[in-house]
Amino acid sequence: MSAASQLRKATRSFVIYGLLGGAACVFLVPFAWLVITSLKPIEQSMTLPPSWIPRAYYADLGAGKTEVTLDYRTRQSGAVVERVAGENAGAMLFLADDQLAQLTDADEPLRVLQRVEPGWWRATEKLPRDAPAGTPPRWRFVPDSDVESRVKFRWENYPDALGSLDGGSSDPASLTSKHRVSFWRFTANSLIVCVLGVIGTVFSNAIVAYGFARIRWRGRDAFFAVTLATMMVPFPVLMVPLYGVFRELNMIGTLMPLWVPAFFGSAFNIFLMRQFFRAIPEELSEAARIDGCSEWTIFWRIILPLSKPVLATAGVLHFLHAWNDFLGPLLYLTRKETFPLSLALQSFQAQNGGVQWHHLMAASTVTIIPVVVLFFFAQKTFVQGIATTGSKS
Amino acid sequence: MTPAEKKNVFTGLAFTSLWIVGLCVFTAYPVIASLYYSFCDYSILKSAVWIGGENYRELVTDDLFWKSLGNTLLYAALSVPLGTAVALALAMLLNCDVRGRSFFRVVFYLPSIVPVVASSMLWLWIFNGEYGLLNGLISPVLGWFGLTPPAWFTDPTWAKPALVLMSLWGVGNAMVIYLAGLQNVPKELYEAAAIDGASAWRRFWHVTLPGIAPVVYFNVVMGLIGSLQIFAQAYIISDAANGGTGTHDGAPARSLLFYTMHLFTTAFHDLRMGYASAMAYVLFIVIAALTWLATRLSRRHVE
Repeated sequence: MSAASQLRKATRSFVIYGLLGGAACVFLVPFAWLVITSLKPIEQSMTLPPSWIPRAYYADLGAGKTEVTLDYRTRQSGAVVERVAGENAGAMLFLADDQLAQLTDADEPLRVLQRVEPGWWRATEKLPRDAPAGTPPRWRFVPDSDVESRVKFRWENYPDALGSLDGGSSDPASLTSKHRVSFWRFTANSLIVCVLGVIGTVFSNAIVAYGFARIRWRGRDAFFAVTLATMMVPFPVLMVPLYGVFRELNMIGTLMPLWVPAFFGSAFNIFLMRQFFRAIPEELSEAARIDGCSEWTIFWRIILPLSKPVLATAGVLHFLHAWNDFLGPLLYLTRKETFPLSLALQSFQAQNGGVQWHHLMAASTVTIIPVVVLFFFAQKTFVQGIATTGSKS
Repeated sequence: MTPAEKKNVFTGLAFTSLWIVGLCVFTAYPVIASLYYSFCDYSILKSAVWIGGENYRELVTDDLFWKSLGNTLLYAALSVPLGTAVALALAMLLNCDVRGRSFFRVVFYLPSIVPVVASSMLWLWIFNGEYGLLNGLISPVLGWFGLTPPAWFTDPTWAKPALVLMSLWGVGNAMVIYLAGLQNVPKELYEAAAIDGASAWRRFWHVTLPGIAPVVYFNVVMGLIGSLQIFAQAYIISDAANGGTGTHDGAPARSLLFYTMHLFTTAFHDLRMGYASAMAYVLFIVIAALTWLATRLSRRHVE
């Protein structure tokens, strides 16, 4: 091989790996930022430029080193003073030098506690999570050299976020334990919808697809064409009457509208399974028919055991769809006790305003974990399933 | 019919009976009822009253309807071509016999399975105007040129582009499909083209693209249908980024008022379900027309 062609090859792979690496970074950074934010105290998310490593800061506020929050830097020199008399006795405040110069002892008795230079941090003690409410945290100004920083992941954000996920904190009535809905309730709701939906999807579609794939009957092909055509119908067209149907069935406000339809088949999954069933040799069925097996026995004993890959694909895709669904729960559910995780997370966000980013990111991470775990366990099913469903039209 | 044929019809209907019920109750009835309601004054609380084409007449003069339709078409016009280009580019890079292909495939695919609520929260945070990661990274660069970054989701001009960028994070699904399609293009065709001295660009244009055109066409149409129904992201983000007023009016300045969102609020907040059904049928017609158009175009070019 000539040197020129070797050079060209090297350049080519350099460009390809460069592009791939760059793209991979762009796709991964949002995940990284999600997890990093979820492990930081909130004030470290409110900094410019963004900081990449969650840290804890320690400083001596008078009684040994404690964990502190760095509130802001001072711009001018001055002093921390304490009011000695009057109704605000004991209150501490920071006064800049020019403010101090204007005051005379006669105005207000003050005691200077600490000299402060420009560029020092105001550090406030981080109270432990179990500290009694109303304890005023201590604070003090400290120079950079007195602040010690260590990498520390704030795992407490996770229980804190999940504990407040019911979001009722702004409404005093919902603070009573009776009205609190725990994170586990939301997770259980999600799992009920997913697991029942997967069971329904796998069995109903397999039975129906068998009827379309392995039995020859008059009207079958026309019926199948109608089935495929229903895939064209956008959900918004169905939304209003479907709500009416579930209202008639007394299912509004329960989880049932979210999983019951799975037991009655879906065009897409019927199509998917029919493709698979048709590829199974007809001789297997013929031999069984000669032996006197019923169609149901052939389906149950012969076809189903051979179809595990496609059953897994349909099941996994339905789990994913049900776990990620937002519009369905939003339409049919009314009470917080019935919310799945997705809706709980959104209503938490809506009620708390968008400032508790560390809690939002922690709760988001928790809702992502199940689908990521599922993906890594069923990676082959995913990739093959998607590739076949997307290319056979 | 012979007795054997009759028996087959009976067995066939028995196996498909679940779907017959499902089709009737969860698809056929709603499609027909929706069409009927679209000619009615209807709220779930009162029974429907026939008013003829009144709903459709009102739609023509409804500014919000046109606004939401325009927003949705603009979003689709931006996100579908960009998403297809990015997905195709990534798939072609991965098709170059690279090492670590399965690693890259996982990296590109994973974002597409992230629940929409979680990804909306994440991108709200990344696009945050004050402390967001994106602005934190680009504002020093823009600063050299004397520019300041936009506030994205709270800026009417930038809210939709931000949503399009967010949608690009989820192209992994299409990428996996395109990669499978690319691997089905016969290797001999490339070899023959290389022997004929075809440049990389001509190989792409004359071998790769015709080879995967049916797959691309199918996914573009599906992507188009999907993006015309965009709902959850916009609903969550516009409310959250703009103070959570709960009015779902597509803030800022209705720039995120998408068709399905407007339909949803009309039906379930204003309880104008007849009017919402008319909107739904207009969407149905738009989607059917675009699909038909795409099919015609692809017949001319693909084959």
